[in-house]
Amino acid sequence: MWDDHELSKMVTGGIPFPMLSDGGGKVGEAYGVYDPDAGVENRGRFIIDPDGIIQGYEVLSPPVGRYVAETIRQIQAFQLVRATKGAEATPSGWKPGKLTLKPGPDLVGKVWEVWKVSMESE
Amino acid sequence: MADSPAIGCARPTGGLVGQPHETEEQQTAPPVKEEKKMIQVGKPAPDFAAPAYHKGQFTSFKLSDHLGKWIVLCFYPGDFTFV
Repeated sequence: MWDDHELSKMVTGGIPFPMLSDGGGKVGEAYGVYDPDAGVENRGRFIIDPDGIIQGYEVLSPPVGRYVAETIRQIQAFQLVRATKGAEATPSGWKPGKLTLKPGPDLVGKVWEVWKVSMESE
Repeated sequence: MADSPAIGCARPTGGLVGQPHETEEQQTAPPVKEEKKMIQVGKPAPDFAAPAYHKGQFTSFKLSDHLGKWIVLCFYPGDFTFV
């Protein structure tokens, strides 16, 4: 009903992913996002990799919405790490195409030489 | 997304996979304090099954049916709110 009345007005064709029901909050409870006093789920967001492992999550109380672009950036970063089998890592502020780090003994104490604070906002 | 159960108002809710369904007796018994498991990054996501709505159809969704893909699982307080 929500999809018919509102979401399909935001996204052509309606929501492309499954919308689930968690009446009673059992799933939310398992993920630590269910508020039994209010009887609602908080705004939880979990990134689950192809092996079913949780790589990241964010939980906000109801009044503040999420930033979807940040979720997508994090998935892109986790996909890069996975593709390089952990040989590369993404420093603070990383976006696709920007410098990655190669964790290893050579990098210890040398991050400041390759990564600058200004790169965070570039 | 396997089965498409009959549409109705009394559809069962979802739950964790591998956990027994609550019986009448358990519901009336005083709640037992059990230690809550914390969600941790790097650890498996709890598997669950839940009723779903997808592309105009009522269906069901089981997390472990979707291994092999990246998944974003979002919870929200209620329909007709923002994300």
